[in-house]
Amino acid sequence: MDAHAHAAGGHAELEIPFNVDPRPDTGLYNAKLGIWLFLASEVMLFGALFSSLILLRTGADSWPRGYEFLNIKLATLNTFILILSSVTVVLAWSHLRLGNLKKGRIYISATVICALIFLVNKAFEYSHEFSEGRFPKTNNFLAIYFTMTGLHGLHILGGVIVFLYFLGPGAKMWAKEPQRYTNRIEVAGLYWHFVDLVWIFLFPILYLM
Amino acid sequence: MTDPIAAVEPAVDVHEHAGAGDSQAHHHSPEQIRAEMRVYLIVFAGLGVLTAATVGVFYLFHPAVHTAIIIALIIASVKGFLVAGYFMHLLSEKKVIYGVLVLTVIFFIFLMTLPVSHHANPFGS
Repeated sequence: MDAHAHAAGGHAELEIPFNVDPRPDTGLYNAKLGIWLFLASEVMLFGALFSSLILLRTGADSWPRGYEFLNIKLATLNTFILILSSVTVVLAWSHLRLGNLKKGRIYISATVICALIFLVNKAFEYSHEFSEGRFPKTNNFLAIYFTMTGLHGLHILGGVIVFLYFLGPGAKMWAKEPQRYTNRIEVAGLYWHFVDLVWIFLFPILYLM
Repeated sequence: MTDPIAAVEPAVDVHEHAGAGDSQAHHHSPEQIRAEMRVYLIVFAGLGVLTAATVGVFYLFHPAVHTAIIIALIIASVKGFLVAGYFMHLLSEKKVIYGVLVLTVIFFIFLMTLPVSHHANPFGS
């Protein structure tokens, strides 16, 4: 029997299998397979928006050029910041694998700081667009621009919440289950790299074309 | 001030599961992990250079729209390969993940070809 219950302090505590050790059939622990299935659904979510962008653009008689009015310098800076955050999260995971929680937490904190800088820059961009009278309702380009970058920004915000949890209350797991905690950072990191990956394509398509 | 969480010694050595089967977290020695970290930094530098190249080509050469699209997508694809291959360690993953991704790619291609099919046979024609 994979799962078994045992009494602990008067409570029946269910032990979930394959939280740390990989399943024999997949070779993966549960969360890792789970995050890849989730990322597959995310590919379809953003894929639908990319498909919409192609449809709108190819069907339009004229199409605004993002580089004529969007802030390319700030977007380029944000691209560097996201890439930096990707490397900090993978370094955090590496240090945890080495058993070094302190350095792991430093790199997770760096990731959160990068993410917050990204969001602040994005807020500056949005407020500038609004002040210039450019809103999602203005034209199809701005509608898809705000939808895609807004959805991406929400993903960044979600990642920040997850990393803050692992820096705070979630870090208690390290004391009893360091490998499981390390796996959780790996899974959160996979999500984070995907968010970076989406931006890598959003940036040139929306800003430079 | 000592961090109460960091001060706790791990109850289980994070490497004691060596040989348990997972591709990344369990198999590698500290030396291998440090070598991986150097690779991550090299990939980071590569991504930075490619980002600069994306913007640099645009500003320096002012390519035509079609050329810009092709160049930008090629560079973005290389960057995507670096992130997925090294940071998400897809270059050395389990078969089940490749299976999930192959299915995803098939559906993604279908999604991307929907606009093309629309223009080939628009509604109402």
